[in-house]
Amino acid sequence: MKKAIQIDARDNVATVTSDVSEGEFVEVISPEGAVVVRLRILEAVRFGHKLALVDMKVGDVVVKYGETMGVASNPIRVGEWVHIYNAESATVPTSALRRDRS
Amino acid sequence: MLVLATIDCSFEPAKRIAAQVNGAVAVTQHHGCELDEMVANTLIGVCLNPNVAGILLVGLGCESLSPEVLGDRIKSAGKPVETVVCQRENGTLKTIEKGTRILQKMAQGIAELRREPFPLSKLTLAIECGGSDTTSGLAANPATGIAADMLIDEGGTVIFSEPQEMTGTQQILARRAVDGHVAKEIYEMIDRQEQRMKATSIDSRFMPKGNIEGGLTTIEEKSLGAVRKGGTRPIQGVLENSHSRLETPTRPGLWLQDGTGWDVPSVTHMVAAGAQVVAFTTGRGSTTGHAVAPVLKITGNPETYSGMADNMDINAGTVLDGSESLRSVGEKIFKAIVETASGKKTKAEALGYHDFVVFSRDRIAERLLGFC
Repeated sequence: MKKAIQIDARDNVATVTSDVSEGEFVEVISPEGAVVVRLRILEAVRFGHKLALVDMKVGDVVVKYGETMGVASNPIRVGEWVHIYNAESATVPTSALRRDRS
Repeated sequence: MLVLATIDCSFEPAKRIAAQVNGAVAVTQHHGCELDEMVANTLIGVCLNPNVAGILLVGLGCESLSPEVLGDRIKSAGKPVETVVCQRENGTLKTIEKGTRILQKMAQGIAELRREPFPLSKLTLAIECGGSDTTSGLAANPATGIAADMLIDEGGTVIFSEPQEMTGTQQILARRAVDGHVAKEIYEMIDRQEQRMKATSIDSRFMPKGNIEGGLTTIEEKSLGAVRKGGTRPIQGVLENSHSRLETPTRPGLWLQDGTGWDVPSVTHMVAAGAQVVAFTTGRGSTTGHAVAPVLKITGNPETYSGMADNMDINAGTVLDGSESLRSVGEKIFKAIVETASGKKTKAEALGYHDFVVFSRDRIAERLLGFC
């Protein structure tokens, strides 16, 4: 099964380590290789991109490395791709960079 | 042995002298012959690095950054320091002949030095990253951070730099400062860097398209991945690296250097601050080494590891498929650092890489920005 890494146990996103397609299952692992959870992916996520491990509403903090890496700018569901379309810097709005999901 | 052309005008004779004698490497700087104190401080720091056993200074003769200026400030190190100056020797051939004889004799004396056991508390490691990709923040940097923590727990010292890659992590780094003064130094260092970039119309918080396509969403995410290479231990201080002074760590632990994000000079300046070994993380693959310190290459990208096997020392990419734990890779890196400090050659070193660049800051710009 394809993998996604949750770098810190506090993180609410995980990074996929290969391209995954919509509907595919991935195994979320810790940096120690332990399986944290298995998730169905709601949309295609490319290698190195992030998927949501929990549902987030607008303004919720996005956590990676155990630290705030940004906030949700749109509602996010578990298994969704987390990127500039639905998350932005907590200190610097990245909305200028936002574009369509196509 | 370091054959240091204090000015690039004397680099050719310096290179030819170094080529004649085993164990010598020629280096220079490219900031002109006026006395640039930041350059001078850095070259002095490099000469004082314990990896350097002896120094031959090669001058042209009319430069302000002369062998005498440097020589006076490195004699106290208690290692051989000799000088040869082209204009005084009447040209290239006589300079090369005299320099080679001096260096040959120096090499004979240095050959009698023997490796002695030292505790890890005597070791200073520099950590650098270059040619990063999405695997750097996932595998290579966190694994190297574990090795950094392990060295510090053994009483060692770690330096990392590249303040422009710390944008957005000020609060996180400041929280790890040993006291309020150091926290302030961290904020000020990153702020200065942002102001320098702003003065040239670059927003340091801007995320390049390639980063976004690679999966990085915010500047905090990018910086968090970068600073993980320095591990998680408390930050002892910010090492000043300026026209006024080049600071070296005053106690063991983790230190930040107010340096540059440009790979080779960043390493040079950490070497000038005393680093004896360099751990260098890369994603897309960097080939660089260094003239004065061995550079270990660590990649989190399995394709880079196999594709650039000539250059990569350690594969951290095994973390990506869960086949190896981050801790296990971190321990491997730590072991490689200790082996390198004990004399094992890194791939860049075995290939004879002698990269060396000194960087400086524009004094006028620094003054206009109120930084000096």
